[in-house]
Amino acid sequence: MSAPAGSKPAEPPADTVAAPPAPRQFPWIKAAPWLYTIALFAIWEASVHLFALPQYVLPAPSVILGAIIQYWPTIWTNSVQTLYTTLVGFAMAVAGGLALGLLVGWSRFIYAGLYPLMIGFNAIPKVAVVPILVIWFGIGDVPAILTAFLIAFFPIVVNVATGLATIEPEMEDVLRALGAKKMDVMLKVGIPRSMPYFFGSLKIAITLAFVGSVISETIAANSGLGHMMLAAQSQFNVPLVFAGLIMLAIEGIAMYALMAWIEKRTTGWAHRSGMAQGD
Amino acid sequence: MDRTEGQDVTSHLVTIDNVDMRYGGPGGTLAVSGLTLHVEKGEFTAVVGPSGCGKSTLMKLVTGLYIPQVGAITVAGKEVTEPVSIVGMAFQNPTLLPWRTTLDNILLPLEIVQKHRRRLRANKAEYVEKAEHLLETVGLKGFGDKFPWQLSGGMQQRANLCRALIHEPDLLMLDEPFGALDAFTREELWCVIRDLHHETDVTIQLVTHDLREAVFLADRIFVMSARPGRIIDTHAVPFERPRDLEIMYTPEFTDLVHDLRGQIAQARTEQLEAAQ
Repeated sequence: MSAPAGSKPAEPPADTVAAPPAPRQFPWIKAAPWLYTIALFAIWEASVHLFALPQYVLPAPSVILGAIIQYWPTIWTNSVQTLYTTLVGFAMAVAGGLALGLLVGWSRFIYAGLYPLMIGFNAIPKVAVVPILVIWFGIGDVPAILTAFLIAFFPIVVNVATGLATIEPEMEDVLRALGAKKMDVMLKVGIPRSMPYFFGSLKIAITLAFVGSVISETIAANSGLGHMMLAAQSQFNVPLVFAGLIMLAIEGIAMYALMAWIEKRTTGWAHRSGMAQGD
Repeated sequence: MDRTEGQDVTSHLVTIDNVDMRYGGPGGTLAVSGLTLHVEKGEFTAVVGPSGCGKSTLMKLVTGLYIPQVGAITVAGKEVTEPVSIVGMAFQNPTLLPWRTTLDNILLPLEIVQKHRRRLRANKAEYVEKAEHLLETVGLKGFGDKFPWQLSGGMQQRANLCRALIHEPDLLMLDEPFGALDAFTREELWCVIRDLHHETDVTIQLVTHDLREAVFLADRIFVMSARPGRIIDTHAVPFERPRDLEIMYTPEFTDLVHDLRGQIAQARTEQLEAAQ
């Protein structure tokens, strides 16, 4: 979060500053994510060959890639299915989390009453809820969507409520002295102010939503990456299990990047004003 | 000393009459007790005192953010029972909203005050012009479309003053507005406030711990005791207006600051003795 952009190392002596700029350097920082990823897979590939690990213990990346190509139609269908349940659950979490967050941040009475309940609810492992959801809704999309919703919704509530609860008292005084009602303070200050917290929480929530949907698919579903991996595991098709993992990672990274982009587009002011750093 | 003595009560913009304010229920802290003071229309008053003497409580009482348990506060002829929208406030923390431009920050009070919010949309241009004029007055001409985080601390505080003044308040309450600024910026802003007071008929009450600031700006200075706060003395400031920053280096100025300092130091000592 707090990239030490301003904290450059000690100034070089003045004479080296005056020297002509070096020829354009390779952009190491920008390339770092790719370099590290490639290195990880290279080390993985090399280790598997070096230690002669059998495929059912740890398949090499090349074998996983082969599995992705071989089973692509299955993988694609199940990936879309998982993405679908995750996004529906996530959308519900956004709507519900925003609404409940505003409600909790609105009044100290609601906050005091609901907060312990929410903590307790959040403490329950969501795996334990899936069987109940299956009893209520049967095996299929609904438990996956609801598990994604239940797990993703908490960070959104907490963040929105935090944004509302940390309005500067002076700001509230200035507005209330002018005759502002609670609603005015919320609309003019509270809600815009909680938006960076809200959009920041989306990155966490989307990642958690994947966890929720895959948990549910692994326990009770007829499709989705979780189900596919479970089926592949029972057939000792370990490369396909890993192919599922890779697809989950790709979907997770893509959605995270999307949320980070939305955050930057909508509340860029918060980064420039330093508020996002918990100022 | 008190030049309001014997005057007609109706000429007072603010009357605080024997007010007690206690926080947190009957057993709570008594912030001010037996507080009595008057402020005339158009007057510039300052309130000084040891820290924790209830200066900020005084501000909140006058603006109607707090209602006292004992005594009465009258602003513009009406007893204060709810927030009075004829007041503008500025604090040490400029609290400009970072998602709004400086101009939109200044226009914020107009979206709140009942009288203006109905007219705002239809008469936007008129209000924007007024805000631009205020910006020019405080030396921020052309900065309206900048965001607060693009302004320095002193500039933010200037914008904060504009926001406090946009709805043409009868009373401007300033709570240590220059406390966080460097000495030169502070002097610049003293002059801005001095000129604002000179050009308009706004009544200003300044709460401060900077005694030179109080003497330079105010017509009258109230000295508060340690908690529970009450007024222990009132000084009339004899210097002619308009005042130049140079008066701060005259012996009369230094003597008055010295007197004030002595009184506050004594109030602090009494508080410490009482605590032991």
